[in-house]
Amino acid sequence: MSENKEKMITVYIMGKAYEVPFGLTIMKAMEYAGYRFIRGSGCRAGFCGACATVYRNKGEYKFQTALACQATAEDGMYLAQLPFVPANRKEYDIAMINPEKNVLSEYYPEINRCVSCNTCTKSCPQELDVMYYIQAAIRGDYGEVSKLSFDCIQCGLCAARCPAEITHYHVAQLARRIYGKYHLQIPEHLLKRIEDIDAGKFDNEIGKLKKMGMKELKEEYTSRTIEKIQRGEVTQ
Amino acid sequence: MKIPYFPGCTLKATAKSFEVSGIAVGKELGIEFVEMPRWNCCGTVYSLATDDLMHQLAPVRNLAVVESDMEENRVVSFCSMCYNTLRQANNLVINDPEKLKTINEFMDTEKDYRGGVEPLHLLQVLGEVGTKEMEKRVKKPLTGLKLVPYYGCTLVRPEDVSIDDPRDPSIMEEIMKAMGADIIDIEYKTECCGSYQTITNRDAVVERTRKIIESAREAGGDVIILSCPLCDFNLEDRQREVREKYHGFIEMPVLYFTQLMALAMGLEDKAGFEGNQIDPRPLLEERGLLEG
Repeated sequence: MSENKEKMITVYIMGKAYEVPFGLTIMKAMEYAGYRFIRGSGCRAGFCGACATVYRNKGEYKFQTALACQATAEDGMYLAQLPFVPANRKEYDIAMINPEKNVLSEYYPEINRCVSCNTCTKSCPQELDVMYYIQAAIRGDYGEVSKLSFDCIQCGLCAARCPAEITHYHVAQLARRIYGKYHLQIPEHLLKRIEDIDAGKFDNEIGKLKKMGMKELKEEYTSRTIEKIQRGEVTQ
Repeated sequence: MKIPYFPGCTLKATAKSFEVSGIAVGKELGIEFVEMPRWNCCGTVYSLATDDLMHQLAPVRNLAVVESDMEENRVVSFCSMCYNTLRQANNLVINDPEKLKTINEFMDTEKDYRGGVEPLHLLQVLGEVGTKEMEKRVKKPLTGLKLVPYYGCTLVRPEDVSIDDPRDPSIMEEIMKAMGADIIDIEYKTECCGSYQTITNRDAVVERTRKIIESAREAGGDVIILSCPLCDFNLEDRQREVREKYHGFIEMPVLYFTQLMALAMGLEDKAGFEGNQIDPRPLLEERGLLEG
């Protein structure tokens, strides 16, 4: 650790060289160099998708994409933060949609311009099969789009890189909304739990928690038992 | 026989009856169509621009997936257009290693395609089974039903991708004869249906459809059979507009040939007649092939 602490690397932010400590994320390296993020940064934990970034490694032809809060800055990197990706998002009333038709093609006809170049997949920091979910969207397969796009954080890098000018993540979001509203079965255990809540089944417990002090609450939290469930199992 | 299967977008959307009936017929004949673990649009139409490799990515990527992820070095499509696009793209890259190299370098996340896959059409695979084997599976011969095979363009043109004699193909006739049907030959059987003109020049397709259907009718045909979802749309769905324009025009059912094979093999629950724009069931009931 102590050796790394001393080690400095050179990064090029918008073409200008800066010495920064080794081991920082791209975002922290830029902040170390003096940049301050007002937009284009959010949770700093790889979940919110606000910090889409592009870079090139020293001596490589590949144009790289990542989340600035997740990727580590390396010596010789060329960095430039994307403040925002302008995207085409259609307005719709989900209640008025006919789920039996392929409305993805109606709202986003540009999906049919996909030439299967796979650039979107290569650009995805979540490592999703973006091209294959757009292909599923073309044939109106809401379930497949939902499954393949589920971990999308809407950073916008696919849309920034696409030669067919598709806004993949908005297409996928519409597909998931339709799939969730019209095609997925309503889980019975959820309905039962809502019933329980409405009937006041948990009022007592919540009431107890509300009266606890910070110390007591922390103790309660750390000593709680966690129900172990198998992958794919539904809890009752 | 196991063979890799490329469905294509339309068979998963508006031409489901083609897929369902085709797979059922295959199973009856001992053919297992193994759907590719991942696939994209075939490219829809083969791009003729010689300097435009971007539009060859879709078909070549599919062929690369077959070569790298599947056990057999052949791939079958039911859709005539998918067959044509995959086959022509394959010919292009086999005959032009430079272009293949460029495409492989671009698709750096796929294993390099080496040109080792043979794209086939369903009719060719059925042809390998042979009509003798097929006859054995017939439970309800299509006796008295007069079928008009329609090949359109993409099964037979250009010549180097033709599945049969490009001027006078007969593979569909032979298969349907084995199902016990009568065959009616029409001069339009390899004429274009109008293809994409159906969007920008609708009337040309309406006229073309009228010509083809009327010629089939005059020759004594009952049903058009084909294997292309776009031909099906033009020849079947556009008949409504023909009827609106020409009084006295009588509609004719248009079916995927596999739907009638399914019927003949006693797999009528897989025939998907309920999905057809022009309901063929009254005619089939009248001929005693379906129970009313």
